[in-house]
Amino acid sequence: MSAVLESPGTPPPAPGPEGPGAAPSATGRRGVLAVLVLLALLALTTLASLMWGARDIAPGEVWAALWSPVDGDNDHLVVRDLRVPRTLIGLVGGAALGVAGALMQGVTRNPIADPGLLGINSGASLAVIVAISGLGVGSVGGYLWFAFLGAAVAAVVVYGAASMGWEGVTPVKLALVGAAFTATATSIITVVLLTDQRTLGEYRFWQVGSLANRPLDVLVTVLPFVAAGLALSFAAGRVLNALALGDDVARGLGQDVARGRLLVVAAVVLLCGSAVSMAGPIAFVGLVVPHLARVVVGPDYRWIVVLSMLLGPLLLLVADVAGRLVARPGEVEAGLVVAVIGAPVLLAIVRRAKGVAS
Amino acid sequence: MTTVLSPMRAGEPGGVEADREDTARRSVRGLRRRRLLRTLVVVASLLGAVLALSLTALMLGDYRLTLGQVLAAVAGDDAPPAGFIVGELRLPRLQLGLLVGVAFGLAGALFQSVLRNPLASPDIIGISQGASAAAVAALLLAGMGGWPVTFSALAGGLSVGLLLYAVAWRGGMTGHRFVLSGIGVAYLCTSVVGYLLTRSELNAAADALVWMTGSLGQATPELVATLSLALWVLVPLVALVSRRLRLLLLGDEQAAALGVRPERVRAVVVLLGVALACVATAAAGPVAFVALVSAPIARRLAGHGSTALLPAALVGAALVVGADVVAQHLVSPDLSLPVGVVTGVIGGPYLIWLMATGRARTA
Repeated sequence: MSAVLESPGTPPPAPGPEGPGAAPSATGRRGVLAVLVLLALLALTTLASLMWGARDIAPGEVWAALWSPVDGDNDHLVVRDLRVPRTLIGLVGGAALGVAGALMQGVTRNPIADPGLLGINSGASLAVIVAISGLGVGSVGGYLWFAFLGAAVAAVVVYGAASMGWEGVTPVKLALVGAAFTATATSIITVVLLTDQRTLGEYRFWQVGSLANRPLDVLVTVLPFVAAGLALSFAAGRVLNALALGDDVARGLGQDVARGRLLVVAAVVLLCGSAVSMAGPIAFVGLVVPHLARVVVGPDYRWIVVLSMLLGPLLLLVADVAGRLVARPGEVEAGLVVAVIGAPVLLAIVRRAKGVAS
Repeated sequence: MTTVLSPMRAGEPGGVEADREDTARRSVRGLRRRRLLRTLVVVASLLGAVLALSLTALMLGDYRLTLGQVLAAVAGDDAPPAGFIVGELRLPRLQLGLLVGVAFGLAGALFQSVLRNPLASPDIIGISQGASAAAVAALLLAGMGGWPVTFSALAGGLSVGLLLYAVAWRGGMTGHRFVLSGIGVAYLCTSVVGYLLTRSELNAAADALVWMTGSLGQATPELVATLSLALWVLVPLVALVSRRLRLLLLGDEQAAALGVRPERVRAVVVLLGVALACVATAAAGPVAFVALVSAPIARRLAGHGSTALLPAALVGAALVVGADVVAQHLVSPDLSLPVGVVTGVIGGPYLIWLMATGRARTA
């Protein structure tokens, strides 16, 4: 049993011998092709997200609602006030979660890293709840900072605790510490909410993770931080490629390992805090998306980050639209649909990956 | 013992050798006696702790009762006010707590010892969450109550168990693969519970919390009767299988040589563990971490190398009743928390500490 966990997660495999500097052209071609295909799919999904729901609206009407809205037209109202905000939030939130997952898998060298499974999202949630209920912070601009703080604390605690003790950071330790952190945070959230029956009612809906009924100004407030996080993660691709070879080799390649890690963690905190502030604690997007990206473009993190940025919103929007269609006229929250898709993927990863377990 | 003695045997006169063997035998016997004594002391002190916590739970509340009043009421004196308060309000809650604690403690001990993995407890690998999801579905979608809910929970927990068996079985369930898969399944089941709760007409938030964190607030005499009947069936079965389980801990080959069929015993023990976790969850929701921590605490008290089933059950009961006392009275006088919140706040950091210090591997 002790030998079981000696190698911490297999992916990401090392990049080719030519190093992170020279991407093989085959990967480049596949990457560009994949980006184009994903952009097309994303456009289709966005259209579907605007069209389908409790009532279906024809593409022509959607177009008219966007560019020449008629006051008092019900369909136009639905598109502009309900579907556009949730679609945009899905796009931005999905990109944030997908990239955050890719960064986390890279920096922990661990195939099951995900903002939800490792407790980052619940740390952010706890901080938000405390800010709203305990300190009376009302605006998104106010509690966003608490979300960042909570995500940062969670990242430090979970990664720190998992890297202590035997065998360093292993998937099972990360997942367990993440689960334990989530359980603790959830319990404290419950305590805070029990003093506040009204919020408890809303929390039931928020904690599932949903794109519905979020005002658009949430997105406006959060957008600069997501943009900063995404910009950092483009820079992080190189760092992650080097880290994938192990700390010693990375140092040998001239990489400042500690600063690189800090950069990546800062990006993760920005992205997760923003996503939680917008959509609640959604798990599994960050888990599934980088694995899909890896299947398409291989182990180069520069490409994985780019593809995750497109696959994340695709997965989250598809989940949201599917949730609207399966339970008409009601809906199933996107967070639940993603969990239903994501849990089997996790099982498959655990089953196949060599380093994860015996 | 023999390995220590064997090098000295060569060339020594027979009389001395026999003498040594006799000493060895006596010391083994002494060890056994000490171990038995230790187990007795541990069980007795745990019983004392459970009793003390129970009396505290009966005394505390909006209307404080004296020890004398409580004892009289428990003895059957239904004079007001103590008779009503104890008999109708506090006793069912206490009984539910005791039964749930025993069931979770035993379930955890069975799982952890038969799977030889201190992390493979039903609340980590998703059995409790699966039972919770199925129970909530039965309650809210089918409008069931009582026994059907218990059976539904049982079905849910068993399905999770079978799923994990199918997905993660590769030459045994000892690997961490099993735990990791379980965490994924647990996450999925929790989301299903969350979804069902958002769909329900369940306006009383407290009811929803039962199924999110585990609570004893819904205790009624009927619920207690259901759970205790289930335990009357399951606990004797555990007692029946416990000797074979102990032999199994020697290793499969040794156990087989002693006439135990390892695979069959393992399957029976896992089934009993699933059933215990499920009936407890059906009554009180997934009370976090009780199953995980009870057996390690019990084993540490009782000395390593034993299955410590009885101590684990008592530790479980003490934990649930103690946590409920804290949740109801100690956090804030006018705020009654669900018991799962307290076990979560204590158990989560405990698990993180186990991971950080590396004790989970040897526990």
